[in-house]
Amino acid sequence: MNLLEVRNVSKTFGSLVAVSEVSLNVAPGELRAVIGPNGAGKTTFFNMISGFFPPSAGTIVFDGADVTPLPAYRRVEIGMGRTFQITEIFPELTVFENIRIAAEVAAGYRLRAWIGRQEASEIKGRVDEILSLAGIASKADRLVGELAHGDQRAAEIGMALALKPRLLLLDEPTAGMGDQETYEITNLIRRLHRDSNYTIVLIEHDMRVVFHLADRITVLDQGRLLAEGTPSEIAANEAVQAAYLGKAA
Amino acid sequence: MIAQALPRNFPKLAAIWAVLLLAPYWMPLVGGYTALATNVLVFGLAAMALNFLLGFTGVLSFGHAAYFGLGAYGAGLILKYVYSSTFLAVAAGVALGTVAGALLGALIVRRRGVYFAMCTIAFGQVFYYIAFQWSSFTGGDDGLRPFQRAPISLGLWTIDILTNQLAFYYFVLAFFAIGTAAMAFLLRSPFGRTLLAIRENERRARFLGVPTERHIWLSFTVSCCFISLAGAMNGLVNNFANPRMLDYNQSGQIVIMAVLGGMRSFWGPLIGAAVFVTLQDYLSSQTNNWQSFLGMVFVLSVLFFPRGILGIRLSMASLKSGWAQLASLLGSPRKDAA
Repeated sequence: MNLLEVRNVSKTFGSLVAVSEVSLNVAPGELRAVIGPNGAGKTTFFNMISGFFPPSAGTIVFDGADVTPLPAYRRVEIGMGRTFQITEIFPELTVFENIRIAAEVAAGYRLRAWIGRQEASEIKGRVDEILSLAGIASKADRLVGELAHGDQRAAEIGMALALKPRLLLLDEPTAGMGDQETYEITNLIRRLHRDSNYTIVLIEHDMRVVFHLADRITVLDQGRLLAEGTPSEIAANEAVQAAYLGKAA
Repeated sequence: MIAQALPRNFPKLAAIWAVLLLAPYWMPLVGGYTALATNVLVFGLAAMALNFLLGFTGVLSFGHAAYFGLGAYGAGLILKYVYSSTFLAVAAGVALGTVAGALLGALIVRRRGVYFAMCTIAFGQVFYYIAFQWSSFTGGDDGLRPFQRAPISLGLWTIDILTNQLAFYYFVLAFFAIGTAAMAFLLRSPFGRTLLAIRENERRARFLGVPTERHIWLSFTVSCCFISLAGAMNGLVNNFANPRMLDYNQSGQIVIMAVLGGMRSFWGPLIGAAVFVTLQDYLSSQTNNWQSFLGMVFVLSVLFFPRGILGIRLSMASLKSGWAQLASLLGSPRKDAA
């Protein structure tokens, strides 16, 4: 059974059709990349999956349940975690505190005015585990706002991991990064996928990253599904080449 | 967590509480008096309650005086019409302010930024006009009077908080301690940390699974609860409540206290209130225009110490940027404006 099934979703903003009848099935343990030229509707598509806004038409099924009407925070609760294209963190808190907030929310403590010693130490253990998984344990006490871009992104992915997601949605995880940072984040995503067996859907501009990581690739163009397949199928697809290089298809 | 954090904060906390506990004894030595210290506590608690929302949730209310004033009216109405019990009066004031805050908060938590602030002003003014117009019940423009705080009886002993200023100071200090301890406790909890998360980045908090509007509403209600406690104290201080305690002018003064002292710091608003109340006390005895002078102090402090008195980092850079902003404010010609 598929973990995520997106069925014929569309999104219109006034008269602008941003996404038109796109479908997508993601199997458990799969790493799926969504690519497309600028303005292809990737981020809009992503925002509908994560619940940032509802689709104008179509349904989204997660783990067998229709989640189309659910707001973002409810989708997070049932296991859909996401990161943003522009890093979304709590800049004036430390790396540890950033991830602790996520871990406490995931543990269902968000309305608790008090937690016991036992619970607090379990949370701390969980946060330490995530810090080392994300490779930022040595920066735990630094303010996130002071870190380099790559480490901020790692902290953001750490926050998403603290929610114990069954599906991880990454919106351009290497956007705005240099080669070294891109390499580190790519490695982190591969570790999460191969070693920790996370199911991941990501949008990405950097083709090296996409072809390096993805099991399957979905290509959007002008709001429509253009192609879907393995990296080698996509690399050989003439319609995809035309869309990227601007040739007449 | 608390056990770990206590030793680090202990010297600072001990100093703050020593200063507060001994205030009636050292205040006269520097030209103050006990009732002034009581006022500092009342407005300190009010500004700290406002700052629970402003500094630790990142939401600005410009109508919090309404809940402050409702605390005073709730206490006064009980003492005047119902029963002469100080504790009952305080409980009624807090209940009135908290319930009003919870109801109106639910209507405005979907707004953000300046729209939120405007809604808080508008709803705050509603209570001002009710207090102003309903003369037969609230005393209207003349204020609610006469009522008197009642002595507290503890079995064999009776504490005379009406005429004994010292006893009354410690009575207010006890409620101040309860209010600040409760807020500090909440801010150290997982719930308190979700509020910091909302302040830092609301969108991120929402995508962590925090229903941010509900949490902002809770924070608003908590803030209203403790500011109405401060308001109830204020009613007892003066044995009087008047409509101007509820209006946006008063709200603005409480915001100024919080910002002046430093809104990123838990105790900053208390310092801000101490400076504000003391300056107000002194300046208003010298001139009718005390508000102009206080306003100038506030403008200068925002230019030179944007993070408040407790956020002061003395450096040439901050002095320079303060001067530059002051110069542009006073309209001196800029080199680039050719």
